[in-house]
Amino acid sequence: MNLLVATGVLGAGTYAFRLAGPLLKARMRLSPRVEQGMGVAVVVLLSALVATSSLTQGHGAAGFARPAGVLVGGVLAWRRAPFALVVVAAAATTAVLRLLGVS
Amino acid sequence: MRSIWRTPERDLVRDIALVCLADALVGASFGAISVGLGLPLWLPMLLSVVVFAGAAQFIFVGIVGAGGNPLAAVVAGLLVNARHVPFGFAVGDVFGSGWLRRLAGSHLMVDETVAFTLAQDEPRRRRLAYWGCGAGLFASWNAGVAAGAFGGRAVGDTDAFGLDAAFPAVLLALVLPSLAQARPAARAAAAAGAAIALAATPFVPAGVPVLLALAAVALGVRGRATPAPDPDPDPPQHPDPGRGSGEHPDPERASDVRGGGGR
Repeated sequence: MNLLVATGVLGAGTYAFRLAGPLLKARMRLSPRVEQGMGVAVVVLLSALVATSSLTQGHGAAGFARPAGVLVGGVLAWRRAPFALVVVAAAATTAVLRLLGVS
Repeated sequence: MRSIWRTPERDLVRDIALVCLADALVGASFGAISVGLGLPLWLPMLLSVVVFAGAAQFIFVGIVGAGGNPLAAVVAGLLVNARHVPFGFAVGDVFGSGWLRRLAGSHLMVDETVAFTLAQDEPRRRRLAYWGCGAGLFASWNAGVAAGAFGGRAVGDTDAFGLDAAFPAVLLALVLPSLAQARPAARAAAAAGAAIALAATPFVPAGVPVLLALAAVALGVRGRATPAPDPDPDPPQHPDPGRGSGEHPDPERASDVRGGGGR
């Protein structure tokens, strides 16, 4: 499989994944319970993404600097700090820790 | 602080712009890394247009750049992107029912657009969050990737700027208000899902841990099956645009707590 074909197949498959929900949902009458499940599913997925993208790298742990940055951002978000502060503080914490030699 | 940004959409646009900027830098890093691996210049740029999903793109070029089988790279990328199916069920009605909107809106579905949309209460803000974040990210991500691919060595490792912490922080800030307002069962489901994903990470391919987390959804909907569910089963995190803050008993509080993208 050459790279051009591979890119096309990955793009087509990803697009099919993205289109499946909107298309199927328009054709189905979902029960309130299933609707509720969809809402919970998104929160579960995003929470799992937050956990894996802050704490893991590949199949192992992400080290200390990145989780520390996310933790600072999370505490600020919890205290209802402005969104921009949350994001910049998270990145800055991680960057400073790395600058100090903490990975 | 809030009163300054009371104009409803300004805050949202500003927050989206910040995420676009961060993603453009990550995109530049992606372009530079791909070309640095010896891959053709067009590959990162084409991937960014047709796949438009950061994690899957990094895994794809990581595999083919190391001389791996492109088929394996496709399979790995598809595994990472399979979460868009449940995403689509949840936000699929935000972008309207016309064919063009549905076809275009689907392609703009990425983690950040879903999270920004989830964090809004009113249908109008949800639409703006989805289309604004989706189109903004598509433009900034592709511009960043092209700049990185052409700029090559000028782009350093963005990990030095801590941008790898920005992505989870963005998602966390956007999902926290929903978690805070969710019923305890839904919160438990989110915690269990995160734990499942972390526990599975060492053993399964990338993308699969997050899919396994979906097993925890059952915990979050169980309450409805009991004879005496809580008096307000309306899930606050429910991304149904029909349920705006107008129906909320306390809209002011709702926008304070849930304006994740807009504080």
